[in-house]
Amino acid sequence: MKRLALWAVAGFSVLLAACGNDADLSQQGPANFGAEPVLPDRQRGLLPSMTIASPTQWGDQRPTVPQGYVIAAIATDLRIPRQSLVLPNGDILVAEGKGGGAPKLTSKDVIGGYIKAQGNSSVKGGDRLTLLRDGNGDGIYESRTVFAENLNAPYGLALIGNQLYVANQDALVRFDYTEGQTQAIGAPVKVTDLPSQINHHWTKALTASADGRFLYVGIGSNSNITERGMAAEVDRAMVWQVDAQTGAHKPYATGLRNPTALAIQPGTDRLWVVVNERDELGPDLPPDYLTSVREGGFYGWPYSYWGQNVDPRVRPQDPQKVAVAITPDYALGSHVAPLGVAFSAPAMGGVFADGVFVGERGSWNREKPVGYKVVFVPFRDGRPAGAPVDFVSGFRGTDGKTRGRPVGVSVDPRGALIVADDLSNTLWRVTPAR
Amino acid sequence: MIAVVDRPPQRPLHPVHAFFLAATVTLYLGALLSDLAYAMSYQVQWTNFASWLIAAGLLFGGVVLVFALVGLRHAYRRGRRNLLYAFIVLATWVLSFINALMHAKDAWGVMPEGLILSAIVFLLICVAAWMGLSNVRIGDVP
Repeated sequence: MKRLALWAVAGFSVLLAACGNDADLSQQGPANFGAEPVLPDRQRGLLPSMTIASPTQWGDQRPTVPQGYVIAAIATDLRIPRQSLVLPNGDILVAEGKGGGAPKLTSKDVIGGYIKAQGNSSVKGGDRLTLLRDGNGDGIYESRTVFAENLNAPYGLALIGNQLYVANQDALVRFDYTEGQTQAIGAPVKVTDLPSQINHHWTKALTASADGRFLYVGIGSNSNITERGMAAEVDRAMVWQVDAQTGAHKPYATGLRNPTALAIQPGTDRLWVVVNERDELGPDLPPDYLTSVREGGFYGWPYSYWGQNVDPRVRPQDPQKVAVAITPDYALGSHVAPLGVAFSAPAMGGVFADGVFVGERGSWNREKPVGYKVVFVPFRDGRPAGAPVDFVSGFRGTDGKTRGRPVGVSVDPRGALIVADDLSNTLWRVTPAR
Repeated sequence: MIAVVDRPPQRPLHPVHAFFLAATVTLYLGALLSDLAYAMSYQVQWTNFASWLIAAGLLFGGVVLVFALVGLRHAYRRGRRNLLYAFIVLATWVLSFINALMHAKDAWGVMPEGLILSAIVFLLICVAAWMGLSNVRIGDVP
């Protein structure tokens, strides 16, 4: 085993070194985004192509934002911030945590896990919610309190009236919340358990329906492509609809490999999701995507990708499921790893007023890295229209070093985008310059 | 000692060499059977077993490879048969390493190449074991 490990590490190192020399940070292949992305042939060499982030400090540098916008770090030294929620009074809640811990079943899990960990923060997950407050509206969040702690890898956040819902990696819980509160009173109440066996993809995304009756919970698959067995995928790779009062739940949409963030389109009750698609089918395959979610819809995983393109790695196959697989609305590009989605607000200004922001944590399974930025997908008439535009970039510098990895995003209707960065453990705030 | 022998004395394998050689046969047999079981049942646990058995085969087979190559330092072991033996042990290890990478693909992605390689590797290690262990009795053909 050790010999294999040494050889494999040596092999990977050569591969990585080869990639490191490639200063060209050019993006995806032709039109790997939009409603009709180009889908090349599947490919996978003896080794999966990998380029792992090489982390370094921000120093004096800052992420890049468009002309007319400014960015500031409003909280640093967080403990793996993943998602944020802007409360009605302008306070910001941040969920901090790192879940998972799925058992390593093969030598690949051991070696691959070690290699991928090099691109992540080594800070221990906070298992807590931090509340930030800007008392005088000067853009400096001078007050910072721990709203709740001893949670279990909290991720998704949603507020319905005076109930704050938190999706831990194993359960949906709620706290009483009154406006202005800086600390939860008492322990949370469990609304329902969530699927948590193995938890290969542990994040539990969360949003509330427009009328506040339901919560939607994103539950990721328990494998890349069923390599932990079909039995491990019961209640996985789907979005649940949960009754906020009773905790009763049902699958709302299925076949969504890793639905990492959810949002309701303002003025409608339409649910949108960003999904991380499967790996090891090639650098431009299959696209990660943004889509509106149809109730009862099946989106392909594991049997097919981007609609009805069959994945031959799945046995037994299921042609009947493939036949009904829905093609998603909008490809974001392969391996960009979207972990945040938020609808914009008029106060964001100009061309960024109508559309969604998507936080892209960035690729590993690709020679030329992609993602590592927040993009804006413009909307027209309630649908995505046009190519994604960089909104916050520079997380991966031209020097090949990675200073941050953007994940959850949320929009303050007063005119600010909040971006969680789980590599530098920072919360960024982007506002129109005044 | 200065002595020229035209028929080198036959020496059995070192016991450690023989132990690892024989053990490697069982590991690659296990890997082949596990691959067959996965191909027939679609139960992924079998391919996990195959992956570890191949890893262990590389470790044990690596010890055999070291013995085989180091053995070639001695002139009396440098007969054609010993060269062939060392070559087969080397080929087995290299193909098995490729097989390990093949088995790092997810789920059915291993197939069919993984099964084919497991079969070839098993056949090669059987040939190597036959050659290595029969040396105990018969020795080089002059």
